[in-house]
Amino acid sequence: MLSNITIGQYFPGNSILHRMDPRVKVLLLLLFLLEVFLFSNAVAYGIFSAITLVMMLLSGVPLCMLLRSLKPLWWIILFTFVIHLFSNPGTPIATVWLFTLTWEGIQMGCFISLRLILLILMSSLLTFTTSPLKLTDAMESLLSPFRRFGLPAHELAMMMTIALRFIPTLIEETDKIMKAQQSRGADFTTGNVMKRLRNMVPILVPLFLSAFRRADELAMAMEARCYRGGIGRTQMKSLKTGGIDYLAIGGFVILTAALLGIKLST
Amino acid sequence: MSIELKQVSYTYMPKTPYEHKALDAVSFTLEEGSFTAIAGHTGSGKSTLVQHLNGLLHPENGQVLVDGTDLAASSKQGRKEAMAARNKVGMVFQYPEQQLFEETIAADIAFGPKNQGIEGKELEERIKESMELMGLAYDEFKDRSPFQLSGGQKRRVAIAGVLALHPKYLVLDEPTAGLDPLGREALIQTICKLHKKWKLTIVFVSHNMEDIARLADSVIIMNHGKMAIKAAPQEAFMQTELLQAAGLQEPAMLHLLHRLREAGIPVNDNAIELETGIKAIREALSDAE
Ligand SMILES: Nc1ncnc2c1ncn2[C@@H]1O[C@H](COP(=O)(O)OP(=O)(O)OP(=O)(O)O)[C@@H](O)[C@H]1O
Ligand SMILES: [Mg+2]
Repeated sequence: MLSNITIGQYFPGNSILHRMDPRVKVLLLLLFLLEVFLFSNAVAYGIFSAITLVMMLLSGVPLCMLLRSLKPLWWIILFTFVIHLFSNPGTPIATVWLFTLTWEGIQMGCFISLRLILLILMSSLLTFTTSPLKLTDAMESLLSPFRRFGLPAHELAMMMTIALRFIPTLIEETDKIMKAQQSRGADFTTGNVMKRLRNMVPILVPLFLSAFRRADELAMAMEARCYRGGIGRTQMKSLKTGGIDYLAIGGFVILTAALLGIKLST
Repeated sequence: MSIELKQVSYTYMPKTPYEHKALDAVSFTLEEGSFTAIAGHTGSGKSTLVQHLNGLLHPENGQVLVDGTDLAASSKQGRKEAMAARNKVGMVFQYPEQQLFEETIAADIAFGPKNQGIEGKELEERIKESMELMGLAYDEFKDRSPFQLSGGQKRRVAIAGVLALHPKYLVLDEPTAGLDPLGREALIQTICKLHKKWKLTIVFVSHNMEDIARLADSVIIMNHGKMAIKAAPQEAFMQTELLQAAGLQEPAMLHLLHRLREAGIPVNDNAIELETGIKAIREALSDAE
């Protein structure tokens, strides 16, 4: 039932992408996404698609799992596509009631949908190949320069780590409580919305109770071990930037240069 | 009438890197009126196994039949019968006190019977009866909040909530975990009473070999998802090698008798309970004199 949810959808492995420094991955991803928005000519999109495809193959994550990450946003992609089909002025092809289908519309629709698909695939590649803990470490490290402006980088990262740590526990607990109430004849699958919401009470009350208890215990345990926040703390596995990362950065610089060249020459 | 498992296999998270085969072709029959213990090392699949008994998990391969009805039936008629069959099996989870949610104890116990459509006088009767069974005085406890109770009392309330469903089979997953010795003993006596007086068929998961030896009439030993032994405790505990392979130890009494025998003292080493063990040693002593 709930046991099939994997948090942060991390897919363990040892591919090049897995071994990259998460900070570099996050930064390059952000820049890549920015470029996808900035360079919107056909050649650039060809290159972006090719890069995404190569990355997908390099990651060692099964293709079907990667494609599944598109599923929740499938409707949005389709919706955007259809809207663009009919909302662009240009050479008309057909007219349906008030709407005119244009040649430019089809082009634009394909473009925007491809953009969305690339955004989703690339971002999920990051979460597929980076464990949630590494991701929070990267976040802390990337945000730490902003500490002097009062941003609690360490605290934010710690909060995220704790949340990530406890999500599987809470799912497990929900699963157990749900099964226990089901054994007492509770039914979570039939009835209208109101009835279903009311049926959630026997799950939510025990779940909240135990979540509060856990939070309390954790706070106590952290204090007992002299946790005092971020200043001066070191990490067991500190992040290192290595050869692969410089290669990736180099590749990215070349890519950007090429894209700029193409844009300026047309 | 019985619960029958035929070649039941179950895999957690199939087709992912986290895939784990928790049950592997497990077959056995639990006769009505029997008292069966399930033992095995941590992660051997005991909890997974018992969750099959009332259809909370459906086997990936194989069948679970409760009084002849397949719990995983998919036809419309079959589903209805499966629901009815599931209701015959009451399930008490590990740490059942965590599932309490109502404002009063009586309301919490009423949750199950209410779901079955029982109301009014009969509902009250059931609450009263199951509370008394679990040793909770009805008038004293019914209006109290379950969250003000001690751990052991909470557990009693939770078990009462399952008993109020009037199950024919009662499955308990490590019911005594985390209780103090007195609380343990009281709970075990209650379970015994349920078995003897109320004719409930009991299945209980336990790590305690002494408890298994004196309570169960049959024991199932699980090892890495497979059933290693199903036999009467007396016979099961004689298979020392299989037991050790499954990460378990024979009851302390039996261990002592074995050691005595190894040391050359001719005791009768088939006693698994404390009393019979003492008797065996006494006999050996008087023989020696
Ligand atoms: N929801 C789940 N998702 C994935 N794997 C699971 C899940 N529940 C149990 N497992 C795995 O299945 C195996 C059997 O688990 P199970 O809970 O049945 O063991 P157990 O014999 O009850 O152990 P214990 O004595 O600790 O309660 C374990 O290795 C466990 O890691
Ligand atoms: Mg268990």
